[in-house]
Amino acid sequence: MKQKALIMDGAAIQRAIIRIAHEIVEKNKGAQGLCLVGIRNRGVYLAARIAACIQKIDNIQVPAGILDITLYRDDLTLVNQQPVVHKTEIDFDITDKNLVLVDDVLYTGRTIRAALDALMDFGRPRSMQLAVLVDRGHRELPIRADYVGKNIPTSKNETVEVRLEEADGKDEVVIVETDG
Amino acid sequence: MAETAAWTRKDLLGLEDLSRQEIELILSTAESFKEVSTREIKKVPALRGKTVVNLFYEPSTRTRVSFEVAAKRLSADVINIATETSSVRKGETLIDTGRNIEALKVDIVVVRHNYSGAGIMLARHLKASVVNAGDGWHEHPTQALLDIFTLKEKLGKIAGLKVSIVGDIAHSRVARSNIWGLTKLGAKVTVCAPPMLIPPAIEQTGVSVTHDIGAALKGADAVNVLRMQFERDDSLAFPRQLEYFKSFGITRERLEKAKKDIVVMHPGPINRGIEMSSEVADGANSVILEQVTNGIAVRMAALFLVAQANEAINGKAAD
Repeated sequence: MKQKALIMDGAAIQRAIIRIAHEIVEKNKGAQGLCLVGIRNRGVYLAARIAACIQKIDNIQVPAGILDITLYRDDLTLVNQQPVVHKTEIDFDITDKNLVLVDDVLYTGRTIRAALDALMDFGRPRSMQLAVLVDRGHRELPIRADYVGKNIPTSKNETVEVRLEEADGKDEVVIVETDG
Repeated sequence: MAETAAWTRKDLLGLEDLSRQEIELILSTAESFKEVSTREIKKVPALRGKTVVNLFYEPSTRTRVSFEVAAKRLSADVINIATETSSVRKGETLIDTGRNIEALKVDIVVVRHNYSGAGIMLARHLKASVVNAGDGWHEHPTQALLDIFTLKEKLGKIAGLKVSIVGDIAHSRVARSNIWGLTKLGAKVTVCAPPMLIPPAIEQTGVSVTHDIGAALKGADAVNVLRMQFERDDSLAFPRQLEYFKSFGITRERLEKAKKDIVVMHPGPINRGIEMSSEVADGANSVILEQVTNGIAVRMAALFLVAQANEAINGKAAD
């Protein structure tokens, strides 16, 4: 595993988050009736940051929940490291809300498919939208993001690593060459 | 907490062999699963397509139903086999029963048996995962895990807690599993019973022994009251029951001398008026029904972890 390129630094990530927050508010004609759900792990931090930006823009505290999709995955045996099941924390009703799902990297689309399944068990939102910091392509399912921080063309033997202050001590997006 | 631990065992047979990290991993996984039972749709697809067989050679309501609910909340298919009405009555051995069940392409066998070590023996012969739901006097791991989970939920930690286990220690698999689990997590365990109900050399497991119920309750953070197992020992029958209640029964008067917020647990079913008074069983210190609720989350975690590990070991289908 070696780092190939720094794609986004802290400032670029912050700008992307601010832009996504503005786009969300614009598309939904304000923040009323909006809620955010971040996919563990880094989607949670991104959702919290987007919520903070939306509050500055529209002066509304948008509820932000946490979703763990481990139990909805279809590839548990294919992941090298055994995933640890964490709690899902959505302590508000998502029914009739415009829900924005937030994740760090959009890749095959399987994580998002699992998240959509999970959210269906929680209620019936008016609409579900998807915000990602990075779209790296290689989709295996018909899923697309509504809000994208940055599109990064990658090859399959590369990994996109999103590092965030809250989890990793600094903000950056890097491309890493895998051995496979 | 147990972020770095990984579960690599296809079976859950007891707590004696588990490391502290493995026990903590089950507990933290159970914590996540507890939330599922609070949803409107109490179901996740984690074990969709898997089949769980409950193979019970002894009567059980709580444990069997708890495993069934846990499996169903994970979207598994569940088959219950009560051996009184099965081919076991015709002389089929445990191993043959297990192999025949496995031939039906089941993934997990939850087994309860009156012989100690039955689960271990079955696990050696099957590729399917085996979860021990109680084997003779040996272990009842998921009961101990749910007891520990409930304690941790109530008191916020296990390390340093003073836990007294009162009752029929000699015949109790619940006591053994609790002792292994609690001591590994750093609790100080005292067992309390009449001398005839304390197994020899139990101190070697790291517990203290007392025959004085007052001493067992004094300063304890929790007391786990065990069922008198009359079905395993005829000598415990009436009138000894009344004698036992007089000397060891948990009553309001005895609790008044203990810590105000002492947690009172019982694995069920309770013999009211023998192990504890109804006043205590239904009182403010009792967490008996919370134990039942937590049993579902703990068993969901157990089923999920063994199924996942078994897929890694034996591939997609355990055939």
